[in-house]
Amino acid sequence: MLITILQRAVMQGTPLLFGSTGEILTEKSGHLNLGIPGIMYVGAISGVAGSFLYEQSVASPELMNPFLAVLIPLLCCLIGAGLMGLIYCFLTVTLRANQNVTGLALTTFGIGIGNFFGGSLIKLVDSDVPSIALSTTSKIFKTELPFADQLGWFGDIFLSYGFLVYVAIIVAIISTYILNRTRVGLHLRSVGESPETADAAGINVTKYKYLSTCIGSAIAGLGGLYYVMDYANGVWSNNGFGDRGWLSIALVIFSMWRPSISILGSILFGFLYVIPTYIPDISVSAKKLFEMLPYVVTILVLVITSIRNKKENQPPAALGLPYFREER
Amino acid sequence: MKKVNNSLHTSHFSSPFHIVKRDDIVWWKAWMFRVISVILALIVCGVITISLTGINPVKMYLTMIEGAVGTTRLVWNLFQNTAILLCVSLAVTPAFKMRFWNIGAEGQVLIGGLATATCMIFLGGTMPTPLLILVMLVLSILAGAVWGLVPAYFKTRFNSNETLFTLMMNYIAIQIVAYFTLEWSVPKGSGTPRTLEMGQLPALFGQKYLINIIIVVIITVIMYIYLKYSKQGYEISVVGESENTAKYIGISVKKVMLRTMAISGAICGIAGFLLVAGTDHSLKSDTAGGRGFTAIMVSWLGKFNPLFMILTSFLIVFLQKGASKISEVYRLNPSFSDIITGIIIFFIIGSEFFINYKLKSNKKETEAERC
Repeated sequence: MLITILQRAVMQGTPLLFGSTGEILTEKSGHLNLGIPGIMYVGAISGVAGSFLYEQSVASPELMNPFLAVLIPLLCCLIGAGLMGLIYCFLTVTLRANQNVTGLALTTFGIGIGNFFGGSLIKLVDSDVPSIALSTTSKIFKTELPFADQLGWFGDIFLSYGFLVYVAIIVAIISTYILNRTRVGLHLRSVGESPETADAAGINVTKYKYLSTCIGSAIAGLGGLYYVMDYANGVWSNNGFGDRGWLSIALVIFSMWRPSISILGSILFGFLYVIPTYIPDISVSAKKLFEMLPYVVTILVLVITSIRNKKENQPPAALGLPYFREER
Repeated sequence: MKKVNNSLHTSHFSSPFHIVKRDDIVWWKAWMFRVISVILALIVCGVITISLTGINPVKMYLTMIEGAVGTTRLVWNLFQNTAILLCVSLAVTPAFKMRFWNIGAEGQVLIGGLATATCMIFLGGTMPTPLLILVMLVLSILAGAVWGLVPAYFKTRFNSNETLFTLMMNYIAIQIVAYFTLEWSVPKGSGTPRTLEMGQLPALFGQKYLINIIIVVIITVIMYIYLKYSKQGYEISVVGESENTAKYIGISVKKVMLRTMAISGAICGIAGFLLVAGTDHSLKSDTAGGRGFTAIMVSWLGKFNPLFMILTSFLIVFLQKGASKISEVYRLNPSFSDIITGIIIFFIIGSEFFINYKLKSNKKETEAERC
């Protein structure tokens, strides 16, 4: 049973890991992107739309090319979520709009897009299927690593997930490496800590902000795609993604802006998410109180880090602040 | 013509424009930009609607107006929704003016609503209704204020990031309310919220929502005067402009922050009180319905001015009601209204840039230099 709980915790945590890695990259450039929940919805629905159209265009599921079946939703998702990042960037960096307002508007917009197309996609393309159920694509997304069944508990815990879980972990590790060990990462962090200094040092602040936000959004979008294709077995349900977008932002704080810690943090959050299911005789209402725990833990981390006031555990110094070169 | 092209190619400027801050802009020009942006947004929305659904956009906008103000009941509904949204927007405004990003209005509203519902359930019938309503009001104000003070305390004491703190507080409030909704639902655990009979706000002149609207109008006037003419309102602006200046002229920044957040939370508490006792007569985890977040946009779009905010909150509620009518008539998904709202807000946000800055062509200057 412990193994099942761990497995489910990892599966619950993966969308959060994608979301938080993407948000960390964005926040490192000094932009608090509150549009992440909307971006994750858009990532999910773009992938779903791409894969739905592909499944519709193929005569029967057996004829589907597994390579294309993965590649099409993946690309659609990256493009859709990346475009959302571009909207955010255009408004906040180029048009110098307020980050919080833009982010919240983006969330409204993104969730709207997700639910609208999720609810009307079938009608819009005049299809006769009763609901969006991409079971064939989902099966490909859920393919386990080889030997998962034969290695007992080891296989269950480490090898039994769809490939996006490993992608999430690899992306988090690569992000950590880039942020801490490369020149690009150093520049990015300096943009988030003090854009004036970075600008004076000859770093193209605008370029870094655009790139980190768009790449971050694309990564966060994958979280939505993972949720639909793998966790929800390819079935789209409106608002099914729930508040996972906000949980990813919580996870950013919990992991103190370190993608490597958010790998473990995501599993912990996932664990808190699934644990009520395994408590015998728990009432429906008490479950709601359990769902509060990740946020409580996040606030505790936020408070403790600010009390200890260690430099390396703080948010980027220029987080949420606008940067206009002319107004220095 | 060729010469111009040459000058562009050899120009050492990386872009054809550079940005200059406007010193100030005549008010009608600023509003012209805003109106143009809304019109552009409506055109874009129209194009999107046609390409997705093939609906005639003129017809669509007529449906929208009909959906918002088509019947007397709808008009009252529109006003009541505007009032509540305005109330939450008024609540967050003093905090924003102080550059304290209170994005926890959703939670503060819910906690206020929870306090009201608790009174209605447990004190209903033990005291006369006017007294009960007073107790409900006071307790919801207190609850909202406390919910707002917690992040403010940690901000002033340990400099915790208030945006993230208030954001997290929302979800704690949502889950607590979800818990009590289930506990109180009839039958217990079913999720159907209990109708709260005792302590409902009275209907004035036969209009159920009139009292809500009157209360919000009073709060609007008070908030306008408070921000514009009171000493405390002035202190808020100074802290917002520059904390160092505030310290230098002897304003206690911590005190102002705590006080302002208490006010912010308290007004959110009132909004929760109005929603539970005046509008819904029940409590659900989506009683606040995202207004805590929409209010941030309303307040910002209204330039933190309570009188402009009447307009912006009306605009947003009008759009939402209208767009949900469209989705109802043309059998689209109700989320259509979110897309429309999002697009229009993007355009208004974008228009602020052209109000605050102007683009100057670099081409002219390089030519001028050559001459």
